Amino acid sequence: MQRFINDPDLVVEDTVKGFVKAHSDIVRLAENPRVVVARDAPVAGKVGVVTGGGSGHEPAFIGYTGKNMLDAVAVGELFSSPTAKSFHDAVREADGGKGVVILYGNYAGDNMNVKMATKLAAKSGIEVATVVANDDVCSAPPEEREKRRGVAGEIFMWKIGGAKAAEGASLEDVRATAQKAIDNCRSIGVGLGPCTLPAVGHPNFQIEPGTMEVGIGHHGEPGVRIEKLKTAAETARDMVKIVLDDHDLPAGTEVAVLVSGLGATPLNELYILNDTIESEISARGLKVYKTWIGNYFTSLEMVGATLTVMALDDELKTLLDVETRCTIIL
Amino acid sequence: MQTFDNASSGAIVLAMADRIVENRAYLSEIDGKIGDGDHGVNMAKGFGMAADRLKGKDASLAESLDTLGTVLMTEIGGSMGPLYGVMFTEFAETIETVDKIDAPTFSKMLHAGLSGIQSIGSAKVGDKTLLDTFVPATEAFDKATEEGKSFAEALVALVSAAEAGRDSTIDLVAKIGRASRLGERSLGVLDAGATSCAIILKELADGARANIA
Repeated sequence: MQRFINDPDLVVEDTVKGFVKAHSDIVRLAENPRVVVARDAPVAGKVGVVTGGGSGHEPAFIGYTGKNMLDAVAVGELFSSPTAKSFHDAVREADGGKGVVILYGNYAGDNMNVKMATKLAAKSGIEVATVVANDDVCSAPPEEREKRRGVAGEIFMWKIGGAKAAEGASLEDVRATAQKAIDNCRSIGVGLGPCTLPAVGHPNFQIEPGTMEVGIGHHGEPGVRIEKLKTAAETARDMVKIVLDDHDLPAGTEVAVLVSGLGATPLNELYILNDTIESEISARGLKVYKTWIGNYFTSLEMVGATLTVMALDDELKTLLDVETRCTIIL
Repeated sequence: MQTFDNASSGAIVLAMADRIVENRAYLSEIDGKIGDGDHGVNMAKGFGMAADRLKGKDASLAESLDTLGTVLMTEIGGSMGPLYGVMFTEFAETIETVDKIDAPTFSKMLHAGLSGIQSIGSAKVGDKTLLDTFVPATEAFDKATEEGKSFAEALVALVSAAEAGRDSTIDLVAKIGRASRLGERSLGVLDAGATSCAIILKELADGARANIA
């Protein structure tokens, strides 16, 4: 394992320190060093927008802190949920007097810690609403959608929720719109190589050379099948098929597309995938309104990529076009 | 009736922290087979931090459990932070005004911890979690006292049921948490939470038994 780290137990601390130094024009650190806050937060009279999650997914989650996006982010250990206290502190930092929405992913730890943070917030007089992202198609069958994990679709949920809050919408309207955004998202991951938690020192799952794992999760959760490594075009066709077969969209629907690397896949390969992804989506009679390609939601140094497709309506298109000022261009 | 002293039993928590820290690598290793491989790291971090705060303080068992629960809940995160955090906090609340802990109080404490866990998690017995250790251990303790066994004997029954419960997770398919995504592939491996829970309950029960006067 050759990595740029100091102490394996201080990876998160060191990451956040470097991040805040680089982006002090956009973010600041809260009193709790596990909470990153947008420079302009809290905005009086605006619904606060909060997320949080385990580290190791950079630029998620901290990179999406900023104007018209997330007001505050709770930071967890690598691949491990932030504490209830950090979620609660993030809520307090984001509270502009109109309530706070926590937009997070469906993982056991996050569910528990958000639940406890919501109780703590109620005690401190802050109304909290939540939306749980469950866009990862392969993590559970359609009839058990509530069990699905949240992955890169969370970025669209934050973007839409953040823009809606910036319009001055009520807590309930922000919640409902963020919920609509994630309901309209479907994602799939394909893994070509594993990742290693520095404190553990060896990969905690394997992907044999010459194979790929279709439907892999953001922490190496096993996918639906392991198969021989295919060409980018064949892989992209599978990804589009899995995502769109799960989502019955009428012809003519406009969609937003996000292709994210998992950490160790070169950007050029994401463009190669997108060449076929775009053609396949168009061949199904859908229209790509906007595409984002890059390392938007990673899993340490995993080799692989995720595809997220969000179906759009007029409201979502308008909100998607609202400019944001965070460390990631969206 | 057998009892043990709350005020002079704080060291049980320090001994528990020592066992968890000693098992750091082992817990991470079994967790790594079906989970992230960070269970030992996070547990050792939380228990170690709590021990540092308690050392030299001569705290009661209730105070020590409260310190441990608070550290886990506020500083560890993940799934284990809130689950064990709630458990220890509930333990502490049940005994905070009790000077001499007897078997009925000990049972009340176990049940309070269990309900705390169940109020935030959604696992059931058989899902391959710490509940597979905790629930049978609590049942065995209650059964022993109902049968008229002494507090000390009931604590022995608790430990063996906890260890049997831990071992039962080898043959279970994970139904919850990260390992659940593995389905059948989670068979044949101990659950890390069930294993750490057995260590915790053993230290608590053995410590109580040693202090029974």
